[in-house]
Amino acid sequence: MVNFGGWDMPVEYSGILAEHMAVRTAAGLFDVSHMGEIEIYGTEAIAQVQYVTSNDAWKLSDGQIQYSGLMTESGTFVDDILVHRFGAAHYFLCVNAGNQDGDFEHIVANNQFAAEVDNVGARYSQLAIQGPRSRDILQRLTAVPLDSIRYYHFARGAVEGVESLIARTGYTGEDGFEIYFAPEHSEKLWDRLLDAGGPQGMIPCGLGARNTLRLEAGMCLYGHEIDRTTTVWEANLGWICRMEKGLFLGHDALARQQVEGPRRILVGFEMADRLIARDGYPVFAGEQEVGRVTSGSPGPFLKKNIGMAYVPFEMRAPGTEIFIGIRGQKAPARIVKTPFYKRPK
Amino acid sequence: MYPANYKYSQEHEWVALEGQMATIGITDYAQHSLGDVVFVEMPKPGAKFSAGQTIGTVESVKAVSEIYSPITIEVTEVNAALANAPEKINQDPHGAAWMIKGRAPNPAEMAKLMDAKAYEAFIAEKEKEAGA
Repeated sequence: MVNFGGWDMPVEYSGILAEHMAVRTAAGLFDVSHMGEIEIYGTEAIAQVQYVTSNDAWKLSDGQIQYSGLMTESGTFVDDILVHRFGAAHYFLCVNAGNQDGDFEHIVANNQFAAEVDNVGARYSQLAIQGPRSRDILQRLTAVPLDSIRYYHFARGAVEGVESLIARTGYTGEDGFEIYFAPEHSEKLWDRLLDAGGPQGMIPCGLGARNTLRLEAGMCLYGHEIDRTTTVWEANLGWICRMEKGLFLGHDALARQQVEGPRRILVGFEMADRLIARDGYPVFAGEQEVGRVTSGSPGPFLKKNIGMAYVPFEMRAPGTEIFIGIRGQKAPARIVKTPFYKRPK
Repeated sequence: MYPANYKYSQEHEWVALEGQMATIGITDYAQHSLGDVVFVEMPKPGAKFSAGQTIGTVESVKAVSEIYSPITIEVTEVNAALANAPEKINQDPHGAAWMIKGRAPNPAEMAKLMDAKAYEAFIAEKEKEAGA
């Protein structure tokens, strides 16, 4: 067990490699109850959500979900979040465990409107069922027609009699679901899902596989790729930044950086040999240190050693040769397009 | 589990000494804490290390760990099979996945290491700390 944002979490159950492969080829079950939840209500809820986030929440319909950034005034990340629209006057944010209280305080401190903000993490447990067989497995436990829930949408309904929010989202690069429900049902749902999924190859997965899966899928992890020092442009997350939606926290700083162009940018890279890049290792262009690795690991499904790093903007082109400083050696690597892994359609 | 004829370090290496020839590897506890081992970096034959110096690196999917020499050693042989089959460290850490062999000019250093029983007590204590 490791301590993660105040929660004791297993890094692995049967082993990261086996868990990673199960999610790519069958299914995996993750207990992600550590994730935080914040609700924003009231007629001005939408104005408040729009003010503190970078994406355009006006575009959401009821039952739809959006990836977004919770922004500082400098256009950097307080957190990266999922915004769920429950109704025109009710939004539900799924936030990172370690940031939950900070996010809540930030939203309240920047409440320009008469929106009600509630820190509701203790009311929800969350399980993630991820992988190509996740739909078939979850369908055995619910009457909600899962095929009718599109990617980044959710429905409400009972799972094994437990009232749940069933979202078609995930952090693995696979099809899958994240279900939210009252914490007293956690053990029961965990056990029932494993009973239903076991014969289909579903196994319990820990934080270790969650990290290697999201890295292969090219997804950011707060505290690694993004934090209060990185902007949406730098993190290559321009697609969750809608400048045209009107004024929001960080808008002016982001507008300036958009004109000037960011000096550095997040890229993916592949190691040329068997050496493994790790978080914090230096990145070199020739002899000169030009950046740092934000995440680095073997990619168990791709069977390549991969990573993400900030490099000078002009070095961003795929194919560019870089070196990663590993135990005093300069190990060759090459910038590549992300995501590293895309699931077959 | 832990061979009685080996000695163990607090950094989770084992040493087997026969005459002046020592064999060094990492313990079952170490491989278990690391998880799936995917890469091993080892010294070259001829390299000399004193007790406590870094002789190589073991990497699992999740972590990097240095291997320290528990004793003074002059390396004569490295286990080349581990380069292409690092998972052997998970499968047979006390046997087939030995890491280096070499001359140990100072066998008295062995007395500073733990025997199997003491090592088992040492890791039981570690696990209690981790569980607490």
